Amino acid sequence: MVGKNCFAIASDRRLGVQLQTIATDFQRVFKIHDKLYIGLSGLATDAQTLYQRLVFRHKLYQLREERDMKPETFASLVSAMLYERRFGPYFCQPVIAGLGENDEPFICTMDCIGAKELAKDFVVSGTSSESLYGACESMYKPNMEPEELFETVSQALMASVDRDCLAGWGGHVFIVTPTEVQERVVKGRMD
Amino acid sequence: MECVMGVVGRDFAVVAADTSAVQSILVHKTDEDKVMVLDSHKLMGASGEPGDRVQFTEYIQKNLHLYQFRNTIPLSTAATANFTRGELATALRKNPYMVNVILGGYDKDAGASLYYIDYIATLHKIDKGAFGYGSYFCLSLMDKLYHPDMTVEEAVDLIDKCIKEIRLRLVVAPQNFVIKIVDKNGAREYARRDLVGDNASVDAATTVTA
Repeated sequence: MVGKNCFAIASDRRLGVQLQTIATDFQRVFKIHDKLYIGLSGLATDAQTLYQRLVFRHKLYQLREERDMKPETFASLVSAMLYERRFGPYFCQPVIAGLGENDEPFICTMDCIGAKELAKDFVVSGTSSESLYGACESMYKPNMEPEELFETVSQALMASVDRDCLAGWGGHVFIVTPTEVQERVVKGRMD
Repeated sequence: MECVMGVVGRDFAVVAADTSAVQSILVHKTDEDKVMVLDSHKLMGASGEPGDRVQFTEYIQKNLHLYQFRNTIPLSTAATANFTRGELATALRKNPYMVNVILGGYDKDAGASLYYIDYIATLHKIDKGAFGYGSYFCLSLMDKLYHPDMTVEEAVDLIDKCIKEIRLRLVVAPQNFVIKIVDKNGAREYARRDLVGDNASVDAATTVTA
């Protein structure tokens, strides 16, 4: 979700196999560089593989270009990598959030074969995506400060995952501003 | 019907597995060791397709030894877990290994650690975990009874409670189990829990364990 010169990216913490919960501290939001984060929902193994490949590509880019990747460029990279596997896809739906030129917030999501969806306010993915759309739409306001953004994102996340039996068991929220990153674990219903 | 489980305690990790080798309705053997000692301070409990299980765990073990020969130092538990995940992930979309792994190890700097790696290469560091039908009974028992920094006696007692539950509540339950431990002194077999077979006590066959 986009705020005023900042963005928030959040996920739930469940690792499960259909009805069985394996862990309640699984990380789904990963840092690419200080101002770029990617959240990967879907199949955990593909999320891990994709993250490792993306970090590899970004490190190579950093060596060649001697700078960090812009969020728009990174989104195109992810899209291309996913489409490479068009007929045997990674079962992941990424959410990309970053601060671009002049610390302008950038967010986008894509489906598992790389169809980019840019937005100015918020993007969602996962099993509770429909609930998340509803919750975010009603709670979102433009130009929220980091503190208010954190509240909004946390409330929207908790409300949505509580209606989804496959998501939840806490929340993990990152608030990224040009100067700092706040990482918080949100206590939620453990069911 | 195969069960593998693991628990982390204070500076040690316990990995336990059943020891039945089953094909359809026939139990081939009741003392099949499914917790492989990878090297001096690592245990890999594996369950799944029998051929894949043996082949994959031996492959990991030999690669670990090769690394040690080449580099004179052993691979850490975290690195081993990531290597194992990498091998499973690479094979996943070609010729997958149907093997679920609980990897337990002890490192001087990191202490004891336990990793959950399922057959589609999902890797997660855990304090307690289990695979198989037994996990439906064990995981909630572990959630209730586990606490951080358990002693060896407490951890083995937890495993024993899980084994008792599996024996009691799982239809066609495996009867015999092996418990292995890894701590700063190394990886070794801690105990066997045999109810049937050559090594079971006479009492085990005649008394009812409730």
